[in-house]
Amino acid sequence: MKGNCQCTCDFSNEDPRIKELEKIIEEYKGQEGSLIPVLHGAQELFGYLPEEVQIYIAQALNIPLSEIYGVVSFYSLFTTEPRGKYIIKLCLGTACYVKGSGKIMENLEKELNIKMGETTEDGLFTLEGCRCVGACGLAPVLTVNEQVHGRLSPDDVPSLIRTYRLKETQES
Amino acid sequence: MEFYRCHVLVCAGTGCSSSESEEVRRTLNLEIERLKLDKEVKVITTGCFGFCNLGPIMVIYPEGTFYCQVTPEDVKEIAEEHLLKGKIVSRLLYRDPEEDIQVTDFEKIEFFAHQKRIALRNCGVINPEEIKEYIARDGYYALGKVLDQMTREEVIEVVKKSGLRGRGGGGFPTGIKWQFAYDSPGKIKYVVCNADEGDPGAFMDRSILEGDPHSVLEAMAIAGYAIGATQGYIYVRAEYPIAVKRLEIAISQAREMGLLGENIFGTNFNFDIDIRLGAGAFVCGEETALLTSLEGHRGEPRPRPPFPAVKGLWEKPTLLSNVETFANIPAIFLHGPEWFANIGTEKSKGTKVFALAGKINNTGLIEVPMGTTLKTIIYDIGGGIPGDKKFKAAQTGGPSGGCIPAQMIDTEIDYDNLIALGSMMGSGGLIVMDETDCMVDIARFFLEFTQEESCGKCPPCRIGTKRMLEILERITEGKGVPEDIENLEVLAKTIKNASLCGLGQTAPNPVLSTLKYFRDEYEAHIFEKKCPAGVCQALLTYIILAEKCKGCGLCARICPVGAISGKPKETYVIDTNKCIKCGTCIEKCKFGAIVKE
Amino acid sequence: MKSFEELKELRKKLKDELINRDDEYAARIEVAMATCGITAGAREVLNTILEEIKLRGLKNIQVSQTGCPGLCYYEPLVTIIKPGNPHYVYGKVNSERIKQIIAQHVINDQPIKEWLVNLE
Repeated sequence: MKGNCQCTCDFSNEDPRIKELEKIIEEYKGQEGSLIPVLHGAQELFGYLPEEVQIYIAQALNIPLSEIYGVVSFYSLFTTEPRGKYIIKLCLGTACYVKGSGKIMENLEKELNIKMGETTEDGLFTLEGCRCVGACGLAPVLTVNEQVHGRLSPDDVPSLIRTYRLKETQES
Repeated sequence: MEFYRCHVLVCAGTGCSSSESEEVRRTLNLEIERLKLDKEVKVITTGCFGFCNLGPIMVIYPEGTFYCQVTPEDVKEIAEEHLLKGKIVSRLLYRDPEEDIQVTDFEKIEFFAHQKRIALRNCGVINPEEIKEYIARDGYYALGKVLDQMTREEVIEVVKKSGLRGRGGGGFPTGIKWQFAYDSPGKIKYVVCNADEGDPGAFMDRSILEGDPHSVLEAMAIAGYAIGATQGYIYVRAEYPIAVKRLEIAISQAREMGLLGENIFGTNFNFDIDIRLGAGAFVCGEETALLTSLEGHRGEPRPRPPFPAVKGLWEKPTLLSNVETFANIPAIFLHGPEWFANIGTEKSKGTKVFALAGKINNTGLIEVPMGTTLKTIIYDIGGGIPGDKKFKAAQTGGPSGGCIPAQMIDTEIDYDNLIALGSMMGSGGLIVMDETDCMVDIARFFLEFTQEESCGKCPPCRIGTKRMLEILERITEGKGVPEDIENLEVLAKTIKNASLCGLGQTAPNPVLSTLKYFRDEYEAHIFEKKCPAGVCQALLTYIILAEKCKGCGLCARICPVGAISGKPKETYVIDTNKCIKCGTCIEKCKFGAIVKE
Repeated sequence: MKSFEELKELRKKLKDELINRDDEYAARIEVAMATCGITAGAREVLNTILEEIKLRGLKNIQVSQTGCPGLCYYEPLVTIIKPGNPHYVYGKVNSERIKQIIAQHVINDQPIKEWLVNLE
């Protein structure tokens, strides 16, 4: 994506996010162990880490692309696929499991008509399982983006999804 | 519709009518008119409240204030004070003579009575975003004392004397670790705080970082002085955004006050701390994997030795401890190592924080002296099991630990006793299970977890856990074969002995400990094809109890696969060949007539 | 902070302030705001408290946040401290309850017994 980039990516040099990414890279450049913080920053900007962004980071930090891909694919928080506007992460930790998160996942899959790890066609929801969020006292727990919902029952699922759908129609 | 801010209910029952209630109502209306409140306050005459000996009675909503024995003279005061200003006239309030509210200190609640809070001393007490509140509670005093009055050797001696052991899982003596890092030659050394709290069911580190971040910063600075480091890193899970934010605030406040940075307290000691975020890999809780991740690579562990204290971050001597361990340090310096060593058991000093979760009434975070029995934790502090169900086992140590069965409930919990039981302290997650939890299924759950989180570097862990998981899945699906138990045991031994890091070495523990204490459940799954706890779907059959079924037919109508048939007012029957065990019928049956066996 | 002595002085000053601050406010409201508390709805409660204070024009009310005291099953937790009184701890607080707690307890000194956690 630098100057004479040949790839067919959606990100041109005019994309304002590239400028932001440059700033992040500038902040960490030269520091040891800078790759993971830069990837965190990039994912926050773009929502995911497409190949083009990885290439850009590889060139800017002078790290082989293979190594970057190795890191991206190793950590579960990094993703190379675009995700929905609302990312639902159901806690699959022990406390939540014992308190019935399995049934909640079933209902979420039914309600959204997708499987765990997938995104709805309208791009609104991504459904994921996650490791313990540390709110075990309120198990079972799920997060929608930054918002945490606790003390859930399987019956709460439809109304929860409805709330976000409603929010979406109101916003648009 | 008109909106009234306030509704006043005045009773007009016989009892009250006889005790001036008529007069009270008349005065009230006059007062409301006088104060021009008629648009805001509505007076409603009601029937008898049943408290006739206290009449006339007046109730004011929305607050629900209950006035009794109201005289016409009182009405004026009620109108002026309460209706106009919102201030309750307390002398007219109803008071049950025996029910005066007695509030106790937090410490006197049963939940706190058995606790001793050292690592959690400030959690829930101070504002974590205000350094001054920490200083007012003796914060940074230990650091000041150390820099002002103690040599590096003396500092290490204090930690050794306290008997503190690592709270992250292994239980390695902290003082000896400090000594190793001190002894390692090198100009550049690091202090790293492991805040990658990955054990599902453990959240004490999050709570400390969110409730008392400065205690960790202060302890890291003390450690830096002792071993000769000038830079610290806190490796924290990205799943803990609030903890990260509070740490950021704490670090910048400490820098501003000169408690981090150069020439701390006017001495020539420099120390600063940076935060690094994890990215969702459980294995990074293992110390060598954490360091590899900090360096910016895939978080794969490396062989030990060399230990981090000798060759750690960027091959430099590194002192690595977890959050709870650090949180104990300032308290040890404030109160002395002898004080700390007096708490706990012979080989496990001090306290341990446990996260109580699962089938327990009082879920929460507790800190008890080492050696407290499981019984005290579950019944006295945790308030027992909900629904009066039977306690079956407590799981400690997360995916690396094991189960403590009900017959061991009097065990005094410390590092060594837990290992003797086949479990481990781990980071302190304590998940309570009752009779409705299937132990084979729990073992499967943990293997699924470790299998997914295995980094893949060494084959015993990568392949071995996969094979174990396959066997467990087979058993829970009713396809277990007699040799499965033996195969699990052989695999477990190999994985334990041959894996590179702690993740693999402890991964078989949940299976081994459930096999040890709940072998009969494995055997029931394999030989009788039954799940005694009623959890494993494939092994259950749904039946309708003739004595309870009223023949309403609701189950037959809602069954998604048409597996239920029958005639109205007669007992319905489930065709087990068609039944997909979805459980919808059980949820909907009003008579509790459908059960799974 | 240039010396240990300076810290000692600051600590003393802050401790005195802690003791004396009782006289400076009519009530202090503390909300437990760790992840567990926020999950249970503590942020909403905190916002309601601020709204109520503004709406009712209350003076000298200090609002603060703390970490988690460990009583997850009672979250969200709110502590009401009035000078010279013991600490009243309310459990399972929501927006509706906090409005009533402010009206009855903070303004009118009538603690609501049913919702208190630390009762003898």
